[in-house]
Amino acid sequence: MKRLSVLDAERCVGCQCCMFACSRRANSPGLAESCIGVRSNGGMERGFVVVVCRVCENPPCVRACPTDALVRTEKSGIRLDEAKCIGCGSCAEACVVGAVYWDSEINKPMICIHCGFCVDFCPHGVLGLKERRGLSHAG
Amino acid sequence: MLDSDPLCNVLYVDLTRKRFRVEHRQDLFDSQMGGAGVATQLLAQECPQGCDPLGPENPIVLAVGPLTGLFPLASKTVAMFKSPHTGNLGESHCGGRSAVSIRMAGYGAIVITGRSELPIYLAVHGGEVHFRDASTLWGMSSSLTVGRIIREREPGSGLRTIMRIGKAGERMVTYSCVSVETYRHFGRLGLGAVFGSKNLKAIVVSGKRSLPVTSNRTYRRIYRDIHEAATTSPAMKKYHDLGTPQNVLPLNKLGALPTRNLREARFEAAGEISGEAYAERYLGRRLACSHCPVACIHIAALREPHETEPYFYKTSMISYDYEPIYAMGPMLGVGDPEGLLRLLDRAEVLGLDLMSTGPVLAWATEALEKGLVSDRETDGLNLQWGDWKTYLEATRRIVEQPNDFYAALARGVDYASSKYGGEDFALAFGGNEMPGYHTGPAAHVGCLMGARHSHLDNAGYSVDQKVLVERELSPEELANALIKEESWRQILSSLVICFFAREIYDRDTVLACLKSVGYDLDEEKLLETGLAIHREKFRFKKREGFSLDGLRIPGRILETKSPVSNLTEEYIRATLDHVGRVLA
Ligand code: SF4
Ligand code: SF4
Repeated sequence: MKRLSVLDAERCVGCQCCMFACSRRANSPGLAESCIGVRSNGGMERGFVVVVCRVCENPPCVRACPTDALVRTEKSGIRLDEAKCIGCGSCAEACVVGAVYWDSEINKPMICIHCGFCVDFCPHGVLGLKERRGLSHAG
Repeated sequence: MLDSDPLCNVLYVDLTRKRFRVEHRQDLFDSQMGGAGVATQLLAQECPQGCDPLGPENPIVLAVGPLTGLFPLASKTVAMFKSPHTGNLGESHCGGRSAVSIRMAGYGAIVITGRSELPIYLAVHGGEVHFRDASTLWGMSSSLTVGRIIREREPGSGLRTIMRIGKAGERMVTYSCVSVETYRHFGRLGLGAVFGSKNLKAIVVSGKRSLPVTSNRTYRRIYRDIHEAATTSPAMKKYHDLGTPQNVLPLNKLGALPTRNLREARFEAAGEISGEAYAERYLGRRLACSHCPVACIHIAALREPHETEPYFYKTSMISYDYEPIYAMGPMLGVGDPEGLLRLLDRAEVLGLDLMSTGPVLAWATEALEKGLVSDRETDGLNLQWGDWKTYLEATRRIVEQPNDFYAALARGVDYASSKYGGEDFALAFGGNEMPGYHTGPAAHVGCLMGARHSHLDNAGYSVDQKVLVERELSPEELANALIKEESWRQILSSLVICFFAREIYDRDTVLACLKSVGYDLDEEKLLETGLAIHREKFRFKKREGFSLDGLRIPGRILETKSPVSNLTEEYIRATLDHVGRVLA
């Protein structure tokens, strides 16, 4: 599958245009539904961390879900079956990079679907869609 | 505006009673849109006539606009307050994450009044408001440390703004600033001192939400066009590549770069401290305000050896922009790029507005040279053009105020020169120190009629460069040109659109954006609103005792040749007369 990848976080200027793009994609102008997060690395002078789902080979979030509401797909990463989800937050807790975002209006997780919409709105070449094969610990 | 838009929420905070409430002011946001328009009204309502700018009743108003959080570059927060520096309208704009955070927290404006007994900082996380003890943060030598501590204690990383003051604000230097995200500022006119007077060390605001639009399809289309324009325009590319210091060399070539207290208008070392020189030798990182694809913020990495210990280095990250470079560089004859960076860093740490600090020190240097003051007043400091080490110490003393002379410097060049003489070379307009544009009469008239706080107040500097160098304008024509452009800029600043993006946000784009958020206006109505906002500000200024007639015009600006030859007092006064008539 093609996966959204952080190509070079050093080039990130912290504009958060990607976050606004992701929320717009979900027809939710603003930031509420963004599945990507950008924050400073402990002060802006140290640069930024871009946090987005990596589609792990054996995803902890999927394993943590008590109702099997999350599945790993080859096409669009980790998908949620909303009807099964009870909003317990176990998935968000299990993700060590913090890439499971939370929709507090419906109390359910939001995870990147690797659609690439945000890539067009990153003006500084930080993000890209990259073919992803093989090992989970690579790239 | 759209009924479901949280923009109409105004958060009122009373620091004395530690109480807060939210009011829905849809009427206000419908008629004034946001930013400067709304803040002017809130200030006029909340600020008692004739109040002491450093008293508890002086309000701090922070306002954002309907496009914030929805469109790129609508990224400024407008602050309004009564200025302790001029005793009149105080307006200051700042980016960083401030505007988006306030909007995402669910507010269109925040109004802060009163005075806390104890030093506190305010934490606003969405609908929650906390008054937190800041006793430990008060008196800390570096505002950078204050930022770090609050960053570690408060939630909302990546979705928040942290506005804070340094020692200069605590000690109520009348031109102390409020620093935001370390490298952006509510500069000019002393918002820092107003914070200080309220025992308010900092404000954190965070939030995350969605905002309504009339049609998602149309919204996405307009968005894409603006994003496209912002990322492909050559002007924007220049802001990204070199930042505002791109102006150093062109202004120097033109003979419009105020040097050594404007005794000259060209600086021999301009090449050493230009945008190009800094980008090549020191640029360490670029940053953007939230929702700005341009990223004009430039941060230099300065690596310095330790004074006594060998092989020990300290690396400081220091932001640089055109105006600070002008004020602490050419204006003080400082051409050493590293010395200049250290001056910028010192002011950052203390929380001083650089654009005022520079002209203040320039006046002091000349006053010492001319014998108006001696080393008794300067407390042994021998201020000399280019000697950045001494200026570094003088900057510290402005904040510490060890004697009457430094206490006078801490109140600005108007006040200092009224006490010690040298008004002719005290470079301030209406009490506010001059920005770095000696382009001609239009720039100076612009500052004198001062609808805001900087050269961006009006098109003055560009009228000089585009029109007046070619042909003469009558005072009436000049006044009309300035006011016309200013009306439009009131609109931009009510929508809190960054002025650097003013070419992208042309009339049609602005109208289309407004339509998508429920404002059905046409160009004529828009310009009418702009002029009305300008008039409202003028009304407030007059209420607080401002008069265009009584303005002091520093002799120095008439003596030093500018690129426009017709720079006379009569011309400036005649233009101001006309401005007064249009605005009344
Ligand atoms: S790839 Fe799609 S879902 Fe993932 S962060 Fe970007 S816009 Fe959001
Ligand atoms: S759009 Fe690109 S540069 Fe801006 S915050 Fe996102 S990753 Fe960083």
